[in-house]
Parts: sequence; structure tokens; C-alpha cells
Amino acid sequence: MRVALVDREIDVARLIAEVSDHTCGAATVFLGCVRDLNDGRAVNAIEYSAYRAMAEREMTAIATEIGDTFGVTRLVIEHRLGTLGLGDVSVAVVAAHPHRAPALDANRYAIEQLKRRVPIWKLEHYADGTREWVAATIGTGSGEQETVTANNASSAVSR
Amino acid sequence: MTVTVLLFASYADALGTSAIELDVRPGSTVRDILGTLSSMPGGNRLPPRPLVAINQEYATLQSELRGGEEVAVIPPVAGG
Repeated sequence: MRVALVDREIDVARLIAEVSDHTCGAATVFLGCVRDLNDGRAVNAIEYSAYRAMAEREMTAIATEIGDTFGVTRLVIEHRLGTLGLGDVSVAVVAAHPHRAPALDANRYAIEQLKRRVPIWKLEHYADGTREWVAATIGTGSGEQETVTANNASSAVSR
Repeated sequence: MTVTVLLFASYADALGTSAIELDVRPGSTVRDILGTLSSMPGGNRLPPRPLVAINQEYATLQSELRGGEEVAVIPPVAGG
């Protein structure tokens, strides 16, 4: 397994090649991308920043938990930092396993835990020229999201 | 003794800096550090109970400091 914060474009094909081998009947890929609309506001770009040392430490912890829980060790998580434009890939999770269920479970676990625990922030740049730090959201990823406020963030990271 | 307080994202904007060296008494807790920060210019924009990490591990308000630690005050995370 490997985790990394990167300052360059994420090369998804390279990540798939990195985790795949002939023992794996399944490889799952999750990509997070910069979207053009958030909360009804037109977005031009997102600037990602992190508490690097701790972020890499938490990402490593998540990857270790995935090995322990799902038996998936062929895993790579990359999160990009810096200013990204629309459609750019901000995060990639690629998991490979002999069978699809652990690969799918590992992928979902990785992105949900990353959003809860890893100290990364985004400053959205809007089409109207304004900028705003994005409130953290966690949840189903289907739009039914819970905004994490300062008051409940403590419980969000308990493990 | 001193600790290094790291601030990020909206919290760094609030206090106008991303790092502060603070003199603290032995036995001081995270709560004491937050109290000091809240009295600084812009400190009133921090929430009363933000997430805090000591040496890159999440801590509690009661966590004690021995000096030399890196104390990070962490806004709600928003990666992905």
C-alpha cells in the first residue's frame, strides 16, 4: 500500500498499474473531481491545502485499517494539493484484490474516512471573484450530506 | 516552556498567521492554549472547542503539555 500528498496531476492509469497483478480479479477506482457548482454557487477552481505531516500519517492509518479490516493491501491513495481547475482529479483511491467485494469495501472506506479525518482543506474560488473555505461534509456521497460543524467535529474523527 | 501552535485554513486567516510560539506554564492543557488564542486579535473567530492535535495526533481539551510540542488547531476537514 502507498499513500501520498502530491503537487502534480494524478496519473490514474499509473495507480491502477501499481496495485494490479495477476492475483487480482478486481480493481476499484474512486476519483474525486473539482465540480462546477457548490451550494448553488458557480465554482472556477479549488485550492487544496493540508497539514502535511499529519495528513500523511492519517492516510497511512486508514490504509492500515483497510488491510486489517478488508484484507486489502494492494491499495494506493493520492490526494493532490494546490489550485485545481474544473474537472481536475483531487483525490484517487485504487484498490485491488482477488475478489470484488473487498476491493469495493476498501475503496468506500478509504474515501469516507479521508473526508472525516485527514486534515485537508479547500478554498473555493467562485465565478463572482469571491473565495470561501468549504464547510466539511460527510455522508452518503449522494447529496445527503451532514455538515460537520466545530461542535460535532470531535465525534466525527473518533475511532 | 514554549509550544508551537499551528493554524490552518480559516483559523490561520482569523489570527493572521499560521504559526505562533507560545510561552506556557508546565501542566498547561489544550484548553489553556485555546484560551490564550481566543484573547489574541482575531481569536474570537475561533470556535470554543476546535479540534486540536498534539504532535500530529488528535488530542482533547484536557491533554497536558510538557513543552516543545507542536499543537495544531484544526478546522473541520474538507478533503476529497
